[in-house]
Amino acid sequence: MARNDGKTKVQTKRPTARAQQKPRRVLVMVATRKGAWLYHTDATRKTWRADGPHFLGHVLNHLVLDQRDERTLLAAAKTGHLGPTVFRSTDFGRTWKEAAQPPAFAKASSGEQGRAVDHTFWLTPGHASQPGVWYAGTSPQGLFRSGDGGVTWSPFSMINDDPQYRKWMGTVQDGTPDGPKLHSIIVDPRDPAHLYFAMSGGGVHESTDGGRTFAPLIKGLEVVEGFDRSDITVHDPHCVRLCPGNPDRLYQQNHCGIYRIDRPADEWVRIGKAMPKRVGDIGFPMVMHPRDADTAWVFPMDGQTVWPRTSPDGKPAVYATRNGGKTWKRLDAGLPEQQAWWTVKRQAMCADAGDPVGLYFGTTSGELWMSRDEGKGWTCIARHLPEIYAVEAAALS
Amino acid sequence: MKVLIPGALRSYTESSETVAAGATLSAVLADLDRQYPGIRFRMIDEQDRIRRHIRIFVNGEQVRDLAQPLRVTDEVVIVQALSGG
Repeated sequence: MARNDGKTKVQTKRPTARAQQKPRRVLVMVATRKGAWLYHTDATRKTWRADGPHFLGHVLNHLVLDQRDERTLLAAAKTGHLGPTVFRSTDFGRTWKEAAQPPAFAKASSGEQGRAVDHTFWLTPGHASQPGVWYAGTSPQGLFRSGDGGVTWSPFSMINDDPQYRKWMGTVQDGTPDGPKLHSIIVDPRDPAHLYFAMSGGGVHESTDGGRTFAPLIKGLEVVEGFDRSDITVHDPHCVRLCPGNPDRLYQQNHCGIYRIDRPADEWVRIGKAMPKRVGDIGFPMVMHPRDADTAWVFPMDGQTVWPRTSPDGKPAVYATRNGGKTWKRLDAGLPEQQAWWTVKRQAMCADAGDPVGLYFGTTSGELWMSRDEGKGWTCIARHLPEIYAVEAAALS
Repeated sequence: MKVLIPGALRSYTESSETVAAGATLSAVLADLDRQYPGIRFRMIDEQDRIRRHIRIFVNGEQVRDLAQPLRVTDEVVIVQALSGG
């Protein structure tokens, strides 16, 4: 695969030619605890048309557009009573069709206690050279693949049943409050055989052979005090993202800080230490600039004592770095100045591909916020939605 | 035999009542899935366990074993457990 050999200078500065960014429509997909909404806008991103609810009453963990064909939408759904499934639309949600074979673990041998997918948590379209390929991560942790645009899904790779991986996944009791999850499935845009995923808990993992095998990538990551960081089970990456502007660089929001790694190095560097002490570097989402690998955004939350999972001091803010994590700047213009006790989940913050970049986040209190200027100012574009689980933005030609 | 469908699954059947055939509960559920693709997996997981918030009654008696034999005259009632939020 085409990796940075450590000597080659990698272009990490943002392109100056604004003309490269062709005006496009933007679609923002909002998945919530009680259904999904689509928000349409033109290239100005000033006025929005809401379309929804879709699947009212369903728990939607992820809603993703396939940017390869700009028309296939997949929705990971379940309800309080019914088992999990995946819905598919090829007409921007006017009609939906259920997957013929949703993600499901292999049937256990007689006498063994097999696992069952509680919900599909994460959806990632495959490589540009593999149309129709999608990956899914589930709770409890499982990795699945579809080769037909999300119609049928099969267990993928060896990890679902590998004894070592099963040990690293831990039990439901070891997982997050809503169940242990496999998330942050990443496909290297230069090489379809180069994959990453993360597990809460269970660490970050990499494959260079198309998913046939995976290996942990946890060096440099801290764990909760009192635990052994060599034990992969106790690693809790919250969100891992690859920089579109430099695929050798990844950022990570972890249970224990914010990190960056520049491959082929295999050690994560804690860049969150440069965050203000009173805010800390705990949170869930991690957002990449579409072109500039030195720019990233996070949404810190209160991770002290019993983990309130609220904005620190009830004062929500996005923090941005423009230099790969050396320094961070608070971006809160337009956001509530006090008594706002919501936060943002790991899939609920994203960027579009515009110039300047548009940023979006959905809150646990059901508000959808956006910035047209890379975080300098924020506007609320929807209120009173159910708790928001995921927000994705897609540019449409 | 007659099968009563809970509200949460009527997006599949478009009716509160349908008819399915089979000599066991498992076979009846398979017939339901043939008629209404996807409905079985919403009720029964990949390990053939009835999902946590689903209950199935045959002639008023709760059934937990999918191998339960059924007769043509039996009535199957699928319900959502009184749980969840």
